[in-house]
Amino acid sequence: MAIGDILVDVQAVAKHYGDGETRVDALRQVDLQVRAGEVIALLGPSGSGKTTLLNIIGCILDPSSGRVVLDGDPVYDGKWLRSDLRRLRLDKIGFIFQAHNLLPFLTAAENVSLVLDLAGWAPEKGKERAKELLDYLEVGHRAPVKPALLSGGEAQRVAIARALANRPRIILADEPTAALDSKRAQLVMDLLRKLASEQEACILTVTHDEKIFDRFDRLIHLRDGKLADE
Amino acid sequence: MNLALKDIRHGLFRFVLTCFGLGLLMTVVLAMIGIYNGLVADALAVVEAPAADVWVVEAGTKGPFAEASSIPADSRNTVARMPGVAEAGAINYQTVEAPFLDRTLRLYVVGYEPGRPGGPQVIAEGRGIGTSHFELVADRKTGLVLGDTIRLGRNRFTVVGLVEGAMNSGGDPAVYMTLADAMALQTELAPADQRVQAARGAGAVKSASVAAVIVRITPGADVDLLTATLRQWKHLAALSQIEQENILLASVVDKARRQIGLFLGILLAVSAVVIALIIYTMTMEKLKQIATLKLIGAPDRTIIGLIVQQSLILGTAGWGIGLTLILLVKDVFPRRVVLEPFNVAVLAGIIVVVCLAASGLGVRAAMKVDPATALGG
Repeated sequence: MAIGDILVDVQAVAKHYGDGETRVDALRQVDLQVRAGEVIALLGPSGSGKTTLLNIIGCILDPSSGRVVLDGDPVYDGKWLRSDLRRLRLDKIGFIFQAHNLLPFLTAAENVSLVLDLAGWAPEKGKERAKELLDYLEVGHRAPVKPALLSGGEAQRVAIARALANRPRIILADEPTAALDSKRAQLVMDLLRKLASEQEACILTVTHDEKIFDRFDRLIHLRDGKLADE
Repeated sequence: MNLALKDIRHGLFRFVLTCFGLGLLMTVVLAMIGIYNGLVADALAVVEAPAADVWVVEAGTKGPFAEASSIPADSRNTVARMPGVAEAGAINYQTVEAPFLDRTLRLYVVGYEPGRPGGPQVIAEGRGIGTSHFELVADRKTGLVLGDTIRLGRNRFTVVGLVEGAMNSGGDPAVYMTLADAMALQTELAPADQRVQAARGAGAVKSASVAAVIVRITPGADVDLLTATLRQWKHLAALSQIEQENILLASVVDKARRQIGLFLGILLAVSAVVIALIIYTMTMEKLKQIATLKLIGAPDRTIIGLIVQQSLILGTAGWGIGLTLILLVKDVFPRRVVLEPFNVAVLAGIIVVVCLAASGLGVRAAMKVDPATALGG
C-alpha cells in the first residue's frame, strides 16, 4: 500500500430506518472513494447523513445495502462477526471525537498505550510508542497527567495520539476542531495532514468549521442522504 | 493494563466509602449470624454443662428447660441404685434478680450436689464450692469477681470460683450453689411472711423436690435401656442427652431461632439488592467510557473484566470490613455473638455469587451500549 491507493471504497451504500410510512432514508446510493494520503471533509446540514456514513465506514453501523471495502477488506459481506469488526477497528481505524473522550481514570500516556495494549503490543513497546507520539504532538511533558488536568488543546492532541497509536490507515474524525480556537484548529488540521502523508493514511472528517476548509483536499457535501457535489 | 484497578484508584475515596457502607451492612449480616449461633450455643450450654447421659424429670413433662419439672429429691437415691448408673445428682434451676452494688443482676441459679453431676465442669478461676452453704461459683458475665458477696434471698453468698460460658437460653449468666441453698432460696419466706404463716398456724413451707436428676452411665451401659426402665415408673420420665437438646432447640429457642433466621434471610436479600444497585450504578456511570472502549476496539472480555473485577473487589472489601468490625465489637453485644469460620466462609461464597449476579446486570447494560454513543458531542 502506498500514497494514492484506495483505502475506503463505498459503493452504492444505502441506509434506511423503519419501513413503510415510517421509513427514513438516511443514506441513498452513496459512492465514495478515499485514497491514502487524502484529507477529506464531509459537509452538510444536520440530518444529511454525515454521521451515518462515518459510522458505516467506522464499522459500527451496518448499511442496508451496498458494499464497503476498507483497506482491501470487503466488510458487511455477511462473513464478519461483531468481534471481527471490532478487531478491524482496532487495527485499521482511528477515531477522533468532538469531545476528546479520553478515559478519565488513565493518564495521557496510558490513554494512548491502552490501544496498543488491546492490540497485543508488549507493555514496554506500547509505552515507548505512546511517549514517541505524545512528544511528536508536543504534549510529551503532559504524559503522566490525567485528562481532567489537560487544557482543551492538550486533550485533543492526546486524543489524536490515541487515534494514531496503532498506525491505522483510516482516520475518522467527528468535529475534531469544534472545541478549539481558530489558531489551534488550524494547527491540529496541519498536524493531521502531515500524519496522513507520513503514515500513508486517509482522513475523513465531519466538520462545520469553515476556518479549516482550506486544509482539506476535497470537500464532500451530503444533502438528504445523497452526495451533492465536491 | 488493569482498567478496574485504575478506575478504582481514580475515584478511591468514593470507592472506599462505598466499600465501608457495604462493610457496615455486612457487619449487620454477620452480627445476625453470630446472634443466631449465640442463641443456639447459649441454649445448649446449660444442657451440655452437666455432661449428663440421661435426664430424669417429672412424668408427662419435657424437662426443666421446656416447662416446670418437679420430682422428689430422694429420686436421686433410687436412680443411683439402678444398674448401669455410674453416678447421679439432683439439680435445680431458677432465675432470680438480685441487687449488687449499683445495679441489679439477673442470674440463672443452678443448685447442685457438690461431688455429684450437675456442677460446673471447668473452674476458670478460684475453686469449686467447698462448704455446704453460702458459696457461689459464678459465670464471668455476671461481673462478679472472686471474693465478692451478694445477697440472694435471705442469705449472703461469697463468690469462690468463676466459670465461663454458663448461661440459660435467655442469655442470663449462671451462678452455681449447693442444692440445699438453691432449694432454700426457692422456698424460704421473708421474715414478715413467716410471721404471717405462723400466725395462721401454718408451718414454714418446705419443699423436697428438685427439677431433675442427672445421670451418668457406666461405660458400656445402654442409654436406651436405662431410659426405658426409668419410664416404667409412673412419676418419672427419662430423656437422653440428645433428646433433651432437641427438645430445647425445638420448643424453647425455635421461635426466636426462626425469627432471627427469617430476619437474616431478609437482610441477605437486602444486601444482594444493595450490592446489585451499587454495581449497576457504577456501570451506568461509565457507559460513555465503555462506548469509547468499544469504539477503539476493546474486546468484550476487557469490558466484562472491568465490571466483574470491580464488583468482586467491592464485595470482598465489604466482606473484609464487615468481618473486621464484627470481630472488634462482638464482645460489646449483651448476648453472645458466635461466629464460626464456616459461617464466615459461607457468607463470602454468597457475596461472590451476589456480586457475579449483580455484575451480570451491569455487563448486560454494557454489552447493549452502542459504540456510536462515543461519537456524540
